[in-house]
Order: sequence, then structure tokens, then C-alpha cells
Amino acid sequence: MVGPSSSHTAGACRIGLFSRALLGGQPSRALIELHGSFARTGQGHGTDRAIAGGLLGFRPDDERLRDSLELAAEAGLEITFQNAKLRGDHHPNTARLTLWHGERQVTVVGSSIGAGRIVITAIDDFPVDITGTLPALVVVAGDQPGAVAAITTTLAGQGGNIATIKVSRRQKGGNAIHIYELDEPVGAEALAALLALPRVQSVRAIGRVDG
Amino acid sequence: MMESLNDAVTMAVEAGCSLGELALRQEVAQGLRTREELESGLRRALHVMRGAVARGLPGDLRSVSGLVGGDAAKLNRLTGPLSGTLFTDVLANALAVQEVNAAMGVIVAAPTAGGAGVLPGVLLGLAGRADISDDQLVRGLATAGLVGAVVAVRASLSGAEGGCQAETGAAAAMAAGAGVEVLGGSPAMAAHAVSLAMQGTLGLVCDPLGGLVEIPCVFRNATGAAIALAAIEMALAGIEFPIPADEVIDTMGEIGRSMDVRYRETAGGGLAATPTGRRLAKERLVQIKRSGKAT
Repeated sequence: MVGPSSSHTAGACRIGLFSRALLGGQPSRALIELHGSFARTGQGHGTDRAIAGGLLGFRPDDERLRDSLELAAEAGLEITFQNAKLRGDHHPNTARLTLWHGERQVTVVGSSIGAGRIVITAIDDFPVDITGTLPALVVVAGDQPGAVAAITTTLAGQGGNIATIKVSRRQKGGNAIHIYELDEPVGAEALAALLALPRVQSVRAIGRVDG
Repeated sequence: MMESLNDAVTMAVEAGCSLGELALRQEVAQGLRTREELESGLRRALHVMRGAVARGLPGDLRSVSGLVGGDAAKLNRLTGPLSGTLFTDVLANALAVQEVNAAMGVIVAAPTAGGAGVLPGVLLGLAGRADISDDQLVRGLATAGLVGAVVAVRASLSGAEGGCQAETGAAAAMAAGAGVEVLGGSPAMAAHAVSLAMQGTLGLVCDPLGGLVEIPCVFRNATGAAIALAAIEMALAGIEFPIPADEVIDTMGEIGRSMDVRYRETAGGGLAATPTGRRLAKERLVQIKRSGKAT
């Protein structure tokens, strides 16, 4: 990895990488809110550059991280940094990223928990718990009986083995977010099959970010 | 995932192999990566470690703030009582890697970036003075990985959670186990080396000036490497630490959990809160803003 801090630099980069993958590509605009120690000491650790580098698709060992703010500007990615006190209980090294690209917008809350490991704790206000150490599918589907069964059956038909499942919702009968962590990434065909299911509204495949 | 170093020693003795070899077999048994993938990953880490030492030793780098850099090279002046020995090699290597880290260069987080100088400092120092093959060094890194994984599960590897004992302390414990491995000590000796190193860093606070991984982090990697070297020497001599490694690691976790937030990477206490610490941090943070390297 590129120094100087595994939690403030490598972990921060991984939060950026995860968020970029969730958006499905490079954002045109990003609001990065830094919480706790990220806000207090992030600047000297290059946290801002690390998150920006992750948004550009750089991995933690990419030497371009040092110059990522300039590279982001050149690539037409407009980034605003803000210090924030996020509500609720958060790890000291936490950031909330809001990314825009065209019609798409995602909001991700991620914490860097030490030694470069991360936990994504919220996606678009849904509570989640994703470490990025396995390929993941993020599915938004109507909160109705049979949604998990339909998705897991489809995945099984495509040869995907599920390592973990987490489903959460903000309110009964609304939308639910499903996180499926898989042993191996699934192909475009599987994603299309999932998207064709009646209750499924969106599917996003996210590769591992721990490498 | 191994959760006990004591269990790992027992398993290694039963299997008649070293701790590093056991770590590799256990990781393969998890089914996520093949033996070849693991070894090539560790070889790549070794390569990056060698590159970081080589990059830092000439002493031409300065950190992002300008506060640190050039100290590894001073150890080549041969002015001290231990000059030209393994001991100063290890100190210089550890400083070199940490100076590269502070300059946003490429290093191997081992276990973290803040503690990244200790393991290459010790292992490459040993390899420079003794006939140690890359295969042995790979098993040394596997041993270090096993120790780090156990510390991560039982305690913490984050200065923000457990203070510097969780970073350079964990790194010293990893390097001590790895050093015993590459020098051919037994699994039990490796575990004693882990205990001996970690007991010497218990309670160590994380108090970086301005929150930057510079002062005292760079120097603490050198002293952490010295502690690891002392632990290796004692363990290979047959000295046994009476508290088992798992319990020493648990102790580190317990101390970390009760450590005041001022001493957990917030720059609110310790050296960061001294008059000079505050003044340097203030001056240098202003300078970073002016230089336009960060927004």
C-alpha cells in the first residue's frame, strides 16, 4: 500500500473503491463528509487523496494516490470535502460519501477499522454490514414474501455460492436491501437474470476491495 | 482463521512443522487460496519490503509535512557502540521503511502502515547477516501473518482502538515470531518471542503530533524493532515468558479498551499534547495547506 496510514489511507481508498463500484462507474460529482478522526487528522494522512483515488479506481498500492486530487480535477470529477458529525454510533474513522453520475446517486457510510480493513455500514440509509473481502451483490427489491427465495434460486441456477446474506429495510412493505456475499463473482448473465425477477429493482455487483 | 497462538503451537508440534508452515497449511485449508497463490502473494510482499528499505536508506526523502526524513541514513555514520552490527541494520531498515511511508511511498502494511517498519526491519536485517533463503522469509511472513491474525481477533490492530501497542506493539510481536521462524527456532520459542515482545510494549499510547504518522511513529518503529530483536534473542536462548501468548494478547486488548481516547490516535494527549508537539503540528499543518498538497 501507499503510506502513511493503513486506516486513514488504505482503508479510506477502499471505501472510495467500494462506493465507485456501487455507483457502477466513475462519479461526476462527490460529496465526502469526514467524521471523527478522519475529520481531525485526515489531511496529514492523505485521507482526502486516498478516498479521491478510490473514486478514480486506484487501489491502495497505486502511487497515483499521492496526486489523486489533481487527477480527479483533470478527469472531471468534482469533489467537495466537509467535516461532519454523523448521527449515531460510528467508528472514529468514518466517512459518508454521496456520489452522482447522471441520474444515479448513491450514499455510502464506511468505516476504516484498522490495518486497512473496512466496514460499509449504510447504503442509501439502509443499514448494512459489508467488509469488501468477498464479491458482493447489492440488490434492492420490494419487501414482499418470496423475494429472497427467488433471488437465491436464481443465483443457485447460475452456479453462485452464497457465503453470507443480509436483508434489511427501512419500513415494512417498502423496499428492502439485500446483500449477498459470494465465494466467486457472478457473470453478466446472472445479473441480468436477477434484474428480470419481478420484485427486483436494482442489482449491483461489487468486487473485492481488500486486495 | 486461527484464534489462538497456543492452539497453533500445539497443532504445529503435532504436525511436526514450524509455525509458518502451519499458518500456510491452515490458510490453504480455508479453501479461499491455493498454496501457490499464498506464496506468490508473500513473495510480492517481500519484494515490496525490499524496495521500501532500498528507497528509504539513502535518506533523500522528506515526509508530507517535512517533519521527518533522512534519519535512517544517519545510522551509516558508524558513530555508536553498536555501529555496523545487525542491531543498527535493523534500526536503519525500520526507520527507512517508515520514512518512505511518511512520504506516501509504497510499503507493506504489517500489520498497519504506522507499524510497517518493524517486520521488514527485523527480517531483512536478519537476512542481510545470515544465510536465509527467500523460502524461509516467506514462512517468516506467514508466521507474522498468523500472529497478526490472532492479535486482530483477540485484541486490535488499530491505534484508534488500542493505542500504539496495537500497531508497533503488534508489529514487534509479529516480527519476533517471524524472526524465530527464519532462524529455525521451535514453534514454542516463536510463541515465547511473541509474548516477550508484546509484554515490552503493553500500555504504549498512540500520540502522534498533529495526528500525522510521523513523530513519534517513525522512531517508534525503530524501538519496536529493537524490542523484537531482544525478544528473538531471549526466546532462542530458551528463555520462557510465564504468561502464555494468548493471555498477553488478551491483556493488550483489555488495556486498549480502557485507554483514554486522548491516547488513541486523536493527538489529544501524550507527546502530541506537549508544548513543542502542539507548536510543530500547528506550524506544519499550516504548511501543508499552503503547499496545496491537500485541501
